[in-house]
Amino acid sequence: MSSATGLPEGVAAAPLPVAEAGTPAWQRWLLVAGGIILALAPLWVLESFHLFQLTMAVIMALAVLGLNIVTGYNGQISLGHGAFFAVGAYCTAILMSHFDWSFWWTLPVSAAVCATVGFGIGFPALRLAGHYLALTTFALAVAVPQLLKHKAVEDWTGGVQGLFLVKPDPPAFLPVTPDQWIYLVVVSIAAVLFFLTWNLIRGRIGRALMATRDHPTAAEAMGMDIASLKTKAFAVSALVTGIAGSLSAVAIEFVAPDSFTIFVSITLFVGMVAGGVASILGSLFGGLFVLFVPNIAESISKAAPGVIYGIILIGLLFVMPDGFAGLLRRLTARLRRGGTS
Amino acid sequence: MNTTRRSLLLGAGAGAATLALPNLAPAQEAPGVTANEIRIGSTNALSGPVSSYSVISRSHEALFKRLNEQGGVAGKQVRFIVYDDGYQPPRTLEQTRRLVEQDRVAFCFNQLGTPTNSAIHRYMNQRKVPHLFLATGADKWANPREFPWTIGFQPSYRVEAQIYARYILDQKPNAKIGLLYQNDDFGKDYLNGVRDVLGARFDAMVKTATNEATDPTIDSQIVQLQGTGADVLICGIVPRHAAQAIRRVHDMGWRPMFFMTNVSISASVVMTPAGPEKGVGVITSDFRKDQSDPAWANDAGMNEWRGFMRQYLPEGDQNDNNYTYAYAAGLTMIQVLRNCGTDFTRENVMKQATSLAPLELPTLLPGIRVQSQPTNYNVGRQMQLQRWNGRSWERFGNIIEGASV
Repeated sequence: MSSATGLPEGVAAAPLPVAEAGTPAWQRWLLVAGGIILALAPLWVLESFHLFQLTMAVIMALAVLGLNIVTGYNGQISLGHGAFFAVGAYCTAILMSHFDWSFWWTLPVSAAVCATVGFGIGFPALRLAGHYLALTTFALAVAVPQLLKHKAVEDWTGGVQGLFLVKPDPPAFLPVTPDQWIYLVVVSIAAVLFFLTWNLIRGRIGRALMATRDHPTAAEAMGMDIASLKTKAFAVSALVTGIAGSLSAVAIEFVAPDSFTIFVSITLFVGMVAGGVASILGSLFGGLFVLFVPNIAESISKAAPGVIYGIILIGLLFVMPDGFAGLLRRLTARLRRGGTS
Repeated sequence: MNTTRRSLLLGAGAGAATLALPNLAPAQEAPGVTANEIRIGSTNALSGPVSSYSVISRSHEALFKRLNEQGGVAGKQVRFIVYDDGYQPPRTLEQTRRLVEQDRVAFCFNQLGTPTNSAIHRYMNQRKVPHLFLATGADKWANPREFPWTIGFQPSYRVEAQIYARYILDQKPNAKIGLLYQNDDFGKDYLNGVRDVLGARFDAMVKTATNEATDPTIDSQIVQLQGTGADVLICGIVPRHAAQAIRRVHDMGWRPMFFMTNVSISASVVMTPAGPEKGVGVITSDFRKDQSDPAWANDAGMNEWRGFMRQYLPEGDQNDNNYTYAYAAGLTMIQVLRNCGTDFTRENVMKQATSLAPLELPTLLPGIRVQSQPTNYNVGRQMQLQRWNGRSWERFGNIIEGASV
């Protein structure tokens, strides 16, 4: 199927089945148009609560995408992406509630801050690999909620009480409710970042990232600067997750240290694995998974929702060891074989 | 292959359309109220690190079950819907929106936690959905001017501090007070409460010292306060520091009138590590009947509660004081529903919740009455002092009410 890229099947070089080499251009456009319609349809179809849930799912998907860049494509395990999510959220919250900035202007700042922090975390990551890196990033995620409460920054972060902000109003010329507007904002920003990431991954840099993951020695022998690749991957990854954090701050209109406990990092990791490691479309499924499956678990048993969630997770990984994206990939491959023969 | 893709899209479209079908519900008299049902929503940490509080929701479910068996309220059955938020504020907002917008509850009742309720504080008030009797000790819920749709339940830390200050003024009008509080919202409530009562005299009467939750010891703060010549000590600190403070004060031979926040009075966690004999004379406060106190072994109110537990929650641990708390909160809610008569609109529910005539409850100390006025949302505002006698806490004196600020 991916004869043009020359990569073996199973390596997610072509993240969207849409864009596989060999798909005629008109089909590609049809699918893009279909995607846009699917993304916008909820605006008219869903009631405000479901729209809010979907907004949160897209935000989680974006955060999972960030994690996927560094862990999925670059093979550096991070259990601390909740920290970047928190930093992004707090950047937006602080700028909006202390300085009355408009939401839009906080995004570049939040992106820059998160990228810098991510770049900084990337350095120790160079010396640590595998489990050690996982533990280091885990420590970061444990520390962040406590750092946010520290008295040195309490005046800025609002301490335990957190900060309140107001989501941006829809522009006067658009006849939409605030819920619809925030969904539009989130979906547009997420679409841009998904597209940019896809663009990054399918090109030379993406191949270099994967080469570093699969065989660092060979990659280095081919002239790739592994240190620079790894730190930059961390920076980009933190940037994407941080923007997701910014979006979550305005969607929820409240940030507090308790919103960014270690569970956020674990949730993102679960989303990545359930959606599909090293898959862009998989990140989208991951976001939907982490938002909706806990609710499904709870509707089955209120006494022990955690147990049901665990069972669903184990069951899904058993049926789909490579996540939703892997399942989709196999299904498309089968359909194609059936269609062309 | 094209047909397959198109049919996939069609399928997705059909799926989306199903989601869009309006909820086919019977005619509503008011939001969340039909001819034979009232829907009430709540969130609690059914999972996660603080899920020990989930018994509060179990108790409410059982209590509403009892109410329904007895015929409900005004001929309507109560349907109580609880969702899990795992004590994560974003999930609380999601679940509360689910309750309000999808399940269309009439109002929300006794949702757990300070950060979690903070996340929905504005949402509930913008939507004008009653946000009743929250299960949190923070002071900020009693703010009728800015947040008329939110009301707390138990006496806040600030009310507790007001009660100590009132007792001090009564006993030692010329006291020199040393106030040690943790430098966060919990500790600052003690500062505010004492200031509420002392007013202009605060600066002359009170010397303060603060500590961080992360400090290894608080010895230097204790020494510093003793050095100011204080003869009264009030501590708003966590249990670990409380044990240190009690031991330190005793060991240095200081004998102030010593008040300890009722957060940090557990016999096993605070008094025993401090040394039970070193804590003799320490004063704190409570509003519940302690089920381990032999004084309540044959108390009518506690027997009513024990009967309820046996019949409706036979597997519940009767030593868990979350159950006595929940029983009091649940009965308050039922009283408000009864006061509504037949009008269960959100406006009337809020009106009744904020004009509750003083009500004595079976699991609260005799003489303590929960109440509310449109200008005062402190539902629990009374407590009784108790003193450590070396083995247990002994109640003394009258019920004291916090200041109305």
